[in-house]
Amino acid sequence: MREVAVVGCGMTKFGELWEKSLRDIFVEAALKAIDDAGVDHIDSMYVGAMTPGLFVGQEHISALMADYLGIAPIPAMRVESACCSSGMALRLGLFEISSGYSDIVLVGGVEKMNDGADATYALATAADQEYEVYQGVTFPGLYALIARAHMHRYGTTREQLAAVSVKNHHNGAMNPNAQFQREVTLEQVMNATLVADPLTVLDSSPVSDGAACVVLTSVDFAKQLKVPSVKILGSGAATDTLALHNREDITTLKAVKLSGKVAYKMAGIKPSDIDVAEVHDCFSIAEICIIEELGFTEKGKGGPFTEQGNTALEGKIPVNPSGGLKSKGHPVGATGIAQVVEVVEQLRGNAGKRQVKNAKIGLTQNMGGSGGSSVVHIFTTT
Amino acid sequence: MIGIVGYGSYLPRYRIKVEEIAHQWGRDPVTVKRGLMLNEKTVPGMDEDTITISVEAAKNALKRAGIDPTEIGALYVGSESHPYAVKPSGTVVAEALGAVPNVHIADYEFACKAGTEAMFVAYGLVKADLVKYALAIGADTSQGAPGDALEFSASAGGSAFIFGKEGVIAEVLDTFSYTTDTPDFWRREGAFYPLHGGRFTGEPAYFKHILGAAKAILDKSGYKPADFAYAVFHMPNGKFPLTVGKRLGFTKAQMVPGWIVPLMGNTYSGSSPTGFSATLDIAKPDDLILLVSFGSGAGSDAFIFKMTKRIDEVRDKAEKLKSMLENNRIYLDYGQYAKFRGKIIMNE
Repeated sequence: MREVAVVGCGMTKFGELWEKSLRDIFVEAALKAIDDAGVDHIDSMYVGAMTPGLFVGQEHISALMADYLGIAPIPAMRVESACCSSGMALRLGLFEISSGYSDIVLVGGVEKMNDGADATYALATAADQEYEVYQGVTFPGLYALIARAHMHRYGTTREQLAAVSVKNHHNGAMNPNAQFQREVTLEQVMNATLVADPLTVLDSSPVSDGAACVVLTSVDFAKQLKVPSVKILGSGAATDTLALHNREDITTLKAVKLSGKVAYKMAGIKPSDIDVAEVHDCFSIAEICIIEELGFTEKGKGGPFTEQGNTALEGKIPVNPSGGLKSKGHPVGATGIAQVVEVVEQLRGNAGKRQVKNAKIGLTQNMGGSGGSSVVHIFTTT
Repeated sequence: MIGIVGYGSYLPRYRIKVEEIAHQWGRDPVTVKRGLMLNEKTVPGMDEDTITISVEAAKNALKRAGIDPTEIGALYVGSESHPYAVKPSGTVVAEALGAVPNVHIADYEFACKAGTEAMFVAYGLVKADLVKYALAIGADTSQGAPGDALEFSASAGGSAFIFGKEGVIAEVLDTFSYTTDTPDFWRREGAFYPLHGGRFTGEPAYFKHILGAAKAILDKSGYKPADFAYAVFHMPNGKFPLTVGKRLGFTKAQMVPGWIVPLMGNTYSGSSPTGFSATLDIAKPDDLILLVSFGSGAGSDAFIFKMTKRIDEVRDKAEKLKSMLENNRIYLDYGQYAKFRGKIIMNE
């Protein structure tokens, strides 16, 4: 098996990109990544997208993007795993290079959520239609159930949930690609419009447009390119019950825990070795649960761990220096690769004001639905 | 000198508070009020419509203009709630005012900017010497679907402006229109309520067009925001006009006199014209006023007015907007509101 490196990355600004279409944003991000890598061709492409069909009425985007990027007739495939579509796409790109089947693979993610579609309905298709959605459940509702249970069982407070958003907005304020480049206060988060009790609109990631791409190649080939590359050390993915009510404990995200465990094992490292992490904070409670499952803190301690500043930029384990899904934005299909873009830039030392000092090992965790699927990657400087 | 020789407004006396609507739909009134910056809105009485509102506003304009209605050569009503799909509102208004039969009539429709559209054409006809006086009205009994965000804002009222060359109180110094095909808000033939593109109605629609028109008229005229005593922008809610004004470099003090939406709601075609009317009520001679409308679909009309000394002679000849907003109010509960707005289905 060949070692695999990320040699180029690019993303669009995330936000309400009214003037740009689905294909525009993907091509923009892909060209940036190709330019960054300095490669003269692409052997194959994977595109993560959750539901362009529901958002903009466009399926078959593998061929569409290859066509508009000008790289057809190379093989291209769309990958779907709800909000971790592009995180999963990265695994396929990794396997393809690792196996020796291809030398240069473009992996991207894209979603155009602001084009008139009912985003709540489209997103809810990632939950269990028959047992959850038909009963009126939405994603904010599912995460609110998790939050309530976590508060009840572990004493997590409303302030601790809000601390996640305050921290992520602080980081996002320094990210020129973030949708919301502004700080928020604890009071603003707690007093914002209620979405699903106890979660307010400032506990929730926004509806966003955006795309992100990376170029993968073998570590050996990367050396020839003479661009700063980042090696993929580990990859893990797992699934859990789609419906929340089928879980033994709704405060436990098993897929996250298992995907992390597999990735740590492959990388030969432990949680305390991670210098910087980008995790799937679709709601504030999600980040609290995820940092517990990934072993950054003990189960049930995610709230106080965050409140004490351990996940801040200068903390013990900086989490979501990009601003996370909350502040940077969450174009669902693009999120997984956007996390990779951030970690690669952190490891290359290119993250500007939000640079984590001496970052050598980084982790990305991308999740589908309410934790029905999760994918973790671990990267290191070469 | 060409400009406005008389102006007047009319608001129905009925009101419903944001709390009452929020309560009906299980919404938190505090967050709705904070988000939209609205307190209450006007509601048309059961015997009121765009035509009656237009007549009342035009009567007030005639009181201030002091002209013979038969000298009005053109009368235009801009609205998106004309009572008839086929048959003009303007003919009824002209009959009621005594302006018939030697008058050109047309109804305008361009979502919330139909009123300033009527003003633009009225001004143009006077400037072209085709008519002595032209009357432009923006009035609506706005529609908003039950439970929709629009229900908190869609209100009723209107304003009328008589353009002429003699006895001008506010001279038109410049105009500019900025228009694109932007489908942010629409109502199909036969539909009761408009549909809208949610957040698409903001940045690519309202802000793009108001900023486009305002920046262009400032560039064209050479005036800067600080040169103006007042600025009035279309008011779909409380937040948008203050935001757009701030982005252009206007202060809140310049906008507050015309920012009547917290108590009036959005009277669609009558919104920015009525904010302008409230501003005329307090403007002093030589004051410059910027008016920028917005109509979904989408476009903005911008005007720069300069007040003359005659404003001091006419402003007290009809009821002022502040008085209409703050006095003689009757508050409705949601049931009465539903009845008044014809939201209760009855057999023939």
